Amino acid sequence: MSVKVSTTINGDSVDFICEPDETLLDALRNRVGLTGAKEGCGTGDCGACSITIDGRLVCSCLVLGAEAEGREIETVEGMADGDKLHPLQRKFIEHAALQCGICTPGFLIAARALLDRNPDPDEEEIRFGLAGNLCRCTGYDKIVRAVQDAAKEMRGA
Amino acid sequence: MQYEAPLTTQAAVALLAKAKGNAFVLAGGSDLLVRMKGGFIEPDLVVDIKRIKAMREVKKTAAGWTIGAAVSCAELGENKALIKAWPGVVEAANLIGSKQVQGRCTIVGNMCNAGPAADSVPAMVAAGARAQIAGPKGRRAIPVELVAIGPGKTSLKKGELVEAILLPKRPAHSGDAYLRFIPRSEMDIAVVSCGISLTLDGKGMVKDARVSLGAVAPTVLLVPDAARAIVGTNLDDAALEKLGRACSAACRPIDDKRGTVEFRTKVAAVLAKRAAKIAYTRAGGK
Repeated sequence: MSVKVSTTINGDSVDFICEPDETLLDALRNRVGLTGAKEGCGTGDCGACSITIDGRLVCSCLVLGAEAEGREIETVEGMADGDKLHPLQRKFIEHAALQCGICTPGFLIAARALLDRNPDPDEEEIRFGLAGNLCRCTGYDKIVRAVQDAAKEMRGA
Repeated sequence: MQYEAPLTTQAAVALLAKAKGNAFVLAGGSDLLVRMKGGFIEPDLVVDIKRIKAMREVKKTAAGWTIGAAVSCAELGENKALIKAWPGVVEAANLIGSKQVQGRCTIVGNMCNAGPAADSVPAMVAAGARAQIAGPKGRRAIPVELVAIGPGKTSLKKGELVEAILLPKRPAHSGDAYLRFIPRSEMDIAVVSCGISLTLDGKGMVKDARVSLGAVAPTVLLVPDAARAIVGTNLDDAALEKLGRACSAACRPIDDKRGTVEFRTKVAAVLAKRAAKIAYTRAGGK
């Protein structure tokens, strides 16, 4: 039996219908049309499907769509303010912190969650904070630099 | 599959008790969804406990602490008072998975998944934690070490679920610690792990201790011989050696891709000695 879910995604009220065993990742991509969150592993190891629920960073592949009822969901689609990119998005481009781009939405969401809690992380904190996101292209170094640079700008330093 | 998100423990128990077919409790889902999607289980009913208010709370009580079954490990890591009282339990909980997994996973789920290498379980066993269970016949509380009875198997009966973890009140001069060995620096499953909790007298002698080992047997072990090795000592080198030997002697590990029997048996002693020193320092010992 399908489940009707009323939730908030990137500040907008959204209703969708999903199967009870359908993941939130599949519901976002296939029912709501938000394809920013990607499926890499589907087992919570790669972080490509990262979103926040009520401000908490999670893998949407490990959440049922039905669990989203009444929650506040944020995806990469809500990061930019209209045409104005979020500092993290801008710095990822400036530092060439992506190549194929599959992991990027997850990294952006995870990096924002990290900076929300720790505006001035050192390199080790960034690497631990983003350990749940796998990138097979960049070697991570450019991602770390981009996050450091964005954090600096966001602190107004 | 039917998905239910009851608002009370009683409603959750009723759903589980009358369920026909395979019923599962959903807390964080970081194990359950992986097993579902991998085709290892085919639930007919999933009971999501995150809408049950009491299960979402961490409470300080006269008897100690009550940690609701649906409280994520990330939330435990942000609870300063809990970290102060039980640093070892929280550090173990915060070693499970990534930040993303932390946002979902729970220590009750970790315990009920009954993996021999579950990170939070040795720390809870060392802490003397009990699992508060609700079921069709009412409530009961049992020591955490009696919940898992083998890999993937628990002693819970049909209709029962764990509502909360109960951590005892801390006497003065107490400390706990958890260490694990993994070949990476993060995001891995323990090859060997050790949780130690101890209480000192005013002069730095160990008055009371509990030692637990993970990933060296089908279930997490409580090792009374290891505790006896350090009680009545100020954790001098001889006591630490004896502690290490008792831990190695308790190991009944398997050889697998993560580690050999020999390696696990040896490293159990190393981790126990290190964890004991950390717990001792946290308890105020010098």
